[in-house]
Amino acid sequence: MITWSNFVSQLFNGLALGALLALISSGLTIIYGTLGVLNLAHGAMFMLGGYAGYLAYDRTGSFVLAVIAGALFLLVVGIVMERVIIRYFYRRPPEDQLLVTFGLSICFVEIVRFFFSSLSKTVPPPKIFAGITNLGFMFYPTYRLAVVGVVALALIALFLILYKTRLGLIVRAGIEDSVMVDSLGINVDRVFMLVFGIGAMAAGFAGVVNAPVVSLAPDMGEAILVQTFVVVVIGGVGSFPGAVLGGLIAGEIISITSMINPGYAYVMLFAAMTLVLMVRPHGLLGVKGRE
Amino acid sequence: MSDTIKDAHRRRLLKASAVLGAGIATPSLLFSRGAWAADHPALGTWPAGTEGDTVYIGASVPRTGAYAVQGEDELKGMQLAVEHINEGNALIKHIAPKVKKGVLGKQVKLVVADSGAKPNEAVQAQQRFINENKIIAMTGSTSSAVAVALNKFAERQKVLYLVAISGSNDTTGKDCARYSFRQCFYGQTAAAAIGPVLIKTFGKNKKAAFMTPDYTYGHTVTKSVNDYLSEHAGWQMVTNQVSPLGTSDFSSYLTNIANSGAEFIINVNWGRDAVLSIQQAKQFGLTPKMKMVIPYQIPFLAKEVGPELTEGVYAATDFWWTLEDKYPLAKMFVQEFDKKYGYKPEWGANNAYMQFAIWARMVEEAGSFYPPDVIKTYEKGETFESTVGKVHFRAADHQLVRPVIIVRGKKPSDMRNKEDYWEVTEVVPGGPLMQKPDEFGCKLGDYT
Repeated sequence: MITWSNFVSQLFNGLALGALLALISSGLTIIYGTLGVLNLAHGAMFMLGGYAGYLAYDRTGSFVLAVIAGALFLLVVGIVMERVIIRYFYRRPPEDQLLVTFGLSICFVEIVRFFFSSLSKTVPPPKIFAGITNLGFMFYPTYRLAVVGVVALALIALFLILYKTRLGLIVRAGIEDSVMVDSLGINVDRVFMLVFGIGAMAAGFAGVVNAPVVSLAPDMGEAILVQTFVVVVIGGVGSFPGAVLGGLIAGEIISITSMINPGYAYVMLFAAMTLVLMVRPHGLLGVKGRE
Repeated sequence: MSDTIKDAHRRRLLKASAVLGAGIATPSLLFSRGAWAADHPALGTWPAGTEGDTVYIGASVPRTGAYAVQGEDELKGMQLAVEHINEGNALIKHIAPKVKKGVLGKQVKLVVADSGAKPNEAVQAQQRFINENKIIAMTGSTSSAVAVALNKFAERQKVLYLVAISGSNDTTGKDCARYSFRQCFYGQTAAAAIGPVLIKTFGKNKKAAFMTPDYTYGHTVTKSVNDYLSEHAGWQMVTNQVSPLGTSDFSSYLTNIANSGAEFIINVNWGRDAVLSIQQAKQFGLTPKMKMVIPYQIPFLAKEVGPELTEGVYAATDFWWTLEDKYPLAKMFVQEFDKKYGYKPEWGANNAYMQFAIWARMVEEAGSFYPPDVIKTYEKGETFESTVGKVHFRAADHQLVRPVIIVRGKKPSDMRNKEDYWEVTEVVPGGPLMQKPDEFGCKLGDYT
C-alpha cells in the first residue's frame, strides 16, 4: 500500500525502530572495537536486562527502578564475565571467543527459562507514557515516542563517555594500539574490564527499555543478535557512530520495504548488508585496517 | 541289490530330513527376529523396533523459539498419554478398548528432542531416534513446515508419523503421506467453520487486513479464510502483512494496517508471534477499533496477552476445556491433565494425547506393529470415541473427520475462574467443512 500518508508513517516508524536497534548495537560494537571480542552473548545479555527489569518492576512497581536494576545488574554481570572468563580469551583465536560467548548465551537463556518458563512476561510502560499519541499523519504508541528520546539521551551519554572523558580517550587509544597504551603505564587490563561492563550495561539498559514494546521471552535475544550484527556490519565494526547510523538505516529499510512488500523486509536488510560488504567491507563509518 | 535299495532309502531319508530340518530351522531363525516377521520382509524399523519388551516413539517438539510454549504443552499431552497407555487407564480404554497395559503387551517409551520448530532439526532428531532407538512411530510439530518435512521423511523411512499441531492445508493436501495421520483441524476446516460465524455476526462486504506468517501454514490458512469470506459475503482483503516466523517487532506491519482502512485484523500469526502482534496492535491503537479474529487458535494466547486483549475475539480451535460439559471423555481428560500438571489443558496437549490414543487403538485393532497393517486399520475409517465425540479417519487423505470448535473471548468480569478465558459458541460438525480429499492435490504413497 504505497500512499503518501503511509510513506510518512513508515518513515517515522523506521526512525523509532532504528533507534532501538542502534542502542542495542552500540554495546556490541564498543566491546568488539575495544577488546576485539565478538560477543555472541550480547543478545542473551539484552534478554537478561529485560528479566532483571521485570523482577524489579514486579517487586517495586516502579519503571525507573526497573531500568536502573536492569542496567546495573548487567554492569555486574559484564564485569564478572570479563574477570572470570573473557579476559583469558583475549589472546586466543577468534573461534574460541565465539564459542565461549555462544556457550554463555545458551547458559543464560536456559537459566532464565528454568526460572521463568517460556511463557512471555510483560512490563507495562510507565503511566505518563501509556496510551497513544496523535502525530497528525498517524497514531503512534506514546511509549515508543518516549523510547526515541530515551535512546537519544543514552547514545549521547555513551558518546560523551567515549569522546569527552579520559577513560574514553584511553579506550579509543587502546583500540588503536593496546601495547603502546600499556607501555605508557596505563592499566589497560582494568580499562578493558570497564569497557566490557559498560557494553553489557548498554545491552541491559536496552533490554529493559525494550520490554514494554516487545514482551519478554527467554530466547528473544537470538533474533536481536542477528539484527544487531547486521547493524554493526552496515555501520562499521567497532564504530560507535556507525552503530547509530547502521541502526537507523536498518530501521528504515525494514519499514519502507514492508510498505511495498512486507514479505521482503528482512530480505532487503540482508541485501543491504551484502551490498555494504561488497562496496565498503569495513562498513559505512568503519576504519580500514581496524578489525 | 539290497545295497542299492538301502542306498535309495538312505538318500530319500537324507533328502527328507534336510527338507524337514530346513523347515524347522527357517521359522526359528525368523522368529528369533520378531514374532510376526514370518509374514513380511523387514520394513523401516520393523521388526527390529518391536523385539524388546519396550517400543519407542520419537518426539521432536519445539522447546525453544517462537513456538516453545506450545511445544512444551504438546509434550505434556504426549507424556500423559504414554503413562495412560502403559497403565491401561480408563480414558485410553474408551478410545482404544483393547489396550491393557502397554500396546500389544509392550511398554511405550517416549524419546524427546528440541526441534526449535525447524524442519531440519526435527528430521535430524528423528533420524537419530531411528538409528539409536528403532522408534516405531514419530511425532511432534507445532509448525506445518516441520509436519510437511516429517511427512516426507516418514514416507521414506517407512515409519509412522503422528502429526502434532499443524494447520496447513498441505499436510493432508499436496504434501500428504501414506505414513502420516492428522488429528487436528486445519486452514480449510477453520475457514469454513469460522466464516459463517463472522458473516452472521458482522455482516457482508467488510474490509479485512490479514497478518500471515511466511510459510505453508500461514499462506494456506490465509488463502482459505480469504476465499471463504470473499466468496460468501464479499469481504475484501485490503492488505496482507506477511512476516517471517519469529518476528518480534510488528510496528511496520501494523503501520501498514493502520493506513489500510481495514475494519478487521485476521491474525494468522501463531505462538509468540501471535502474542506480540496482538499486544502491539493494541499499543498502536488498532484494536479494539478494528476487530481481531484468530482463525487458528494458539494455546495459552489468552494467558499470555491477558483477557482484556482477547475479549470479544473470535477464534476457531480444536479443543477448549469447557467442552467437558458436553463430552464425557473431555471431562475425563481435563481432570486427568489438571491432576498431573495443575492447569487446564490447551488444544495442543489434547491433540497430542488423542494422536497417541488413536495410534494405540489402531495398533491393537491391527494386532501388529507392521506399518502397512496399522495404516490399513486407520484407513478402514471406523468410527470411535474421542474427547469431542465420535470421529473417524478419511482413508483418501488420512485426515480425521472431527468437529471444529468456535470460541469467543470472555470479558474479564464474566470469567468464572482464572482459566475461563473462552466461551464455546459453536461446535461445528467436521464432515461438511472438508474439501474433497483430492482437492488440495493429495496423492498417498506406497505401503511398502
